[in-house]
Amino acid sequence: MTNKILAVLEQREGQIKRFGFEAASAAANLAKELNASAEAVVVGNEISNINEISKFGITKVYHLKNPDLAIYSSTGYTDAISGFANEAGYNLVVISNTALGKDLAPRLAVRLNASCVVDCIKFNVSGNDIVFTRPTYAGKALIDVKLLSEKKIITIRPNVFKAEVVENASPAEIDVKEIADVNLKCKVVSFKKSEGKLDVAEADIIVSGGRGMKGPENFHLIEELADSLGAAVGASRAVVDAGWRPHNEQVGQTGKTVSPSLYVACGISGAIQHLAGMSSSKYIVAINKDKDAPIFSVADYGITGDVFEIIPALTAEIKKIKQ
Amino acid sequence: MKIVVCVSHVPDTATRIKVGSDGKTIDPSGVTYIINPYDEYAVEEALKTKEKIGSGEVNVISLGSEHNKETIRKALAMGADGGILLKDDTLRDSIGVAKALAEEIKSSGAQLVFMGKQSVDYDNSIVGQLTAELIGYNCVPVCVKLDMDGDKITAEREIEGGREIIETSLPVIITCQKGLNEPRYASLKGIMAAKKKTIEEKTPEPYSPTSEIIKIHLPPGKQPGRIVGSDASAVPELVKLLKEEAKVI
Repeated sequence: MTNKILAVLEQREGQIKRFGFEAASAAANLAKELNASAEAVVVGNEISNINEISKFGITKVYHLKNPDLAIYSSTGYTDAISGFANEAGYNLVVISNTALGKDLAPRLAVRLNASCVVDCIKFNVSGNDIVFTRPTYAGKALIDVKLLSEKKIITIRPNVFKAEVVENASPAEIDVKEIADVNLKCKVVSFKKSEGKLDVAEADIIVSGGRGMKGPENFHLIEELADSLGAAVGASRAVVDAGWRPHNEQVGQTGKTVSPSLYVACGISGAIQHLAGMSSSKYIVAINKDKDAPIFSVADYGITGDVFEIIPALTAEIKKIKQ
Repeated sequence: MKIVVCVSHVPDTATRIKVGSDGKTIDPSGVTYIINPYDEYAVEEALKTKEKIGSGEVNVISLGSEHNKETIRKALAMGADGGILLKDDTLRDSIGVAKALAEEIKSSGAQLVFMGKQSVDYDNSIVGQLTAELIGYNCVPVCVKLDMDGDKITAEREIEGGREIIETSLPVIITCQKGLNEPRYASLKGIMAAKKKTIEEKTPEPYSPTSEIIKIHLPPGKQPGRIVGSDASAVPELVKLLKEEAKVI
């Protein structure tokens, strides 16, 4: 029976990230439905916003602390969390499905002898059973999965489970546990920031360009529109393979699967691999001169016309309303 | 040095998914199966590493049915030395896949293991980490750059907003991301040579699953949207809709 739930809160640079709070909120909601308790853990050195956890329905948070754990290390974090979780006897662990979550969850699964399901977008509790729904084939299909082990580890897709603020929550108890020996067999020695201002995997709005942009020299139009919206720049596989844009911008089956609030596809016809990676976006705008392009079959709003005329006009209009 | 590459046999990314008659897997009729695209980067990196060291052996492992031999042959045609099919016709979850791979990697004594960062069928992206953890190897998932100096590894891994530079050591499992290299094409000579290479068959230890697929289903279809116009004059209307109807800007 699932009665002790643990949310793992992701922190970077000493700050718990929004996706960490999403995991906390999902854990608190699962606890309610399963009549279980939900606690949280954060690994790091100084954590500036640890008090904020109270807002998300968590009453106790453990801080596994050591200066060598300030930056993520797969070996260091796995040792720290698995040691703690095994001792405390959690039987359901919730982590956000970020780069860190995807790295950590399977390692914890082995250490805790747990079963594991990743990238969940929904869960359904009936009695003591939980059915998890997750996308497969880049979102072309969904599977419903049941975990059979007593201990379970799940990761949840970012931006799907909202970090819900609980009214009048009492302050969470913070329990700091100093971690003695840190295992740094895998050590992050530095971080190279990518050129783009925002990453498609984290952005709430994405403006993507495809082959209809005619060449890399025209992507400044996409960048300007993205800037006006505070959006990340994305790209289709065709333009990444052509070397017009870096791979970390690629959206679709061999790139990133995204679900932002708004996805603006410019000069993208909508190959099946691309549609799979973005069609779960909340709203989709397509700008393409070919009215029969498949992208229009998933778009909420479309303009069938010349991207070189429409994108600058759209940028200007957005700037106007944002003034 | 012994190098192992793990490859999976997956539906082509252009596949339109139909639910199979069991309701739990996809309908395989008319589906073309290919080597998992990310595994091509793994094969390439293994071959490149062997060439750089100047000696060694690259063996390809695949878990699955007789059909996986096509994918093993593809890797052999690119230049891998030998292939092993871990024959199992059942569908395993990620932990089950990792257990079979871990068993084989351990007994092979390989110090360096490459695989794709995820298979484009189930998209779990956890098999590398699970396998590493099971046999106590280090692991760098989603690798886009790799340097080796003796048993010291410096690898770049893609995360949100940039790349982590990671230092670790052998034995290690590297899961490969697009951008790591440009996979070579199999030469005609390579294809001919691959036909002559034997693929060893082994039976992995039986596995009792830790998860169960209850059903596979298609996501709810989207209603076609509204065409707002056909030139820049439609822009103010579009912005108004985004602001007032969709409320996303």
